[in-house]
Amino acid sequence: MPIAYIARTRERYAEYPPFRWAVNTEAPWTPLAKPIKECRLALVSSGGFYLKTQPPFGENDTSYRKIPWDTNPADLRIYHHGYRDADADRDPNCVFPIERLRELEAAGVIGALADPAISFVTIYSARKELEERAPKIVAELKAAKADAVLLVPV
Amino acid sequence: MGLIAREIERAGIPTLSMSSAWDITFAVRPPRTVFVNFPLNHQTGKANDPALQRRILLDALRAFELFWAPGMMLTLPYVWDPRDASWEEKDFGPGFELYGVGEAMQEGFAERKLGRAQA
Repeated sequence: MPIAYIARTRERYAEYPPFRWAVNTEAPWTPLAKPIKECRLALVSSGGFYLKTQPPFGENDTSYRKIPWDTNPADLRIYHHGYRDADADRDPNCVFPIERLRELEAAGVIGALADPAISFVTIYSARKELEERAPKIVAELKAAKADAVLLVPV
Repeated sequence: MGLIAREIERAGIPTLSMSSAWDITFAVRPPRTVFVNFPLNHQTGKANDPALQRRILLDALRAFELFWAPGMMLTLPYVWDPRDASWEEKDFGPGFELYGVGEAMQEGFAERKLGRAQA
């Protein structure tokens, strides 16, 4: 049975004002114009990954890091405050699948990978997410000519 | 992140989200979602199990082509541990320590903020 994260979050942080989750009853839609094997696929992660040569994330940080596809996973670092990172630390592919996606590109399952992959860390303001972060990510994906985007939220 | 997915989709690029939090995803409603009932942070598989990671990604990419209505969510048939589902009782519950167990975290350590008031 899937975990009721919203209820457990309320229990865990009962001493704080309740987090107001966004609730939507409809979703926007753009049809996939061609098969994935012809698409330039982008990867966007909110797992807080950054290169060891890049600055780490901070609190309420709407910035993002560009992770080139030829990155060695050993050069990745994680800054995140909302999940257990031990497994991702051992093998980032369990939530930031750069090696697996490179293999799928080589196998022709994916047309190409939109370079670079993008990573940032969760914040808790929907307003900042929409007004500050989203436009930057959209611009980055358009610059990379992405046809389709795989998002791995954490 | 679901909010970001919606903005990308609105800007004209189709998206697929990989979720392990069914209730949050259902509330936020990104355009397309595959749900994997694994502990958070394992949406694309178990650590050091490239075969499983590959299968999950192949399923996700196939689903990407099959979704036909906004907000659809497909549950993939993967089970974290067929003999023991007790992680579902413990994870994220009271006393569950979220962080500080990985070496990479030692470089930057964030204060616990989840659930705090909104801006």
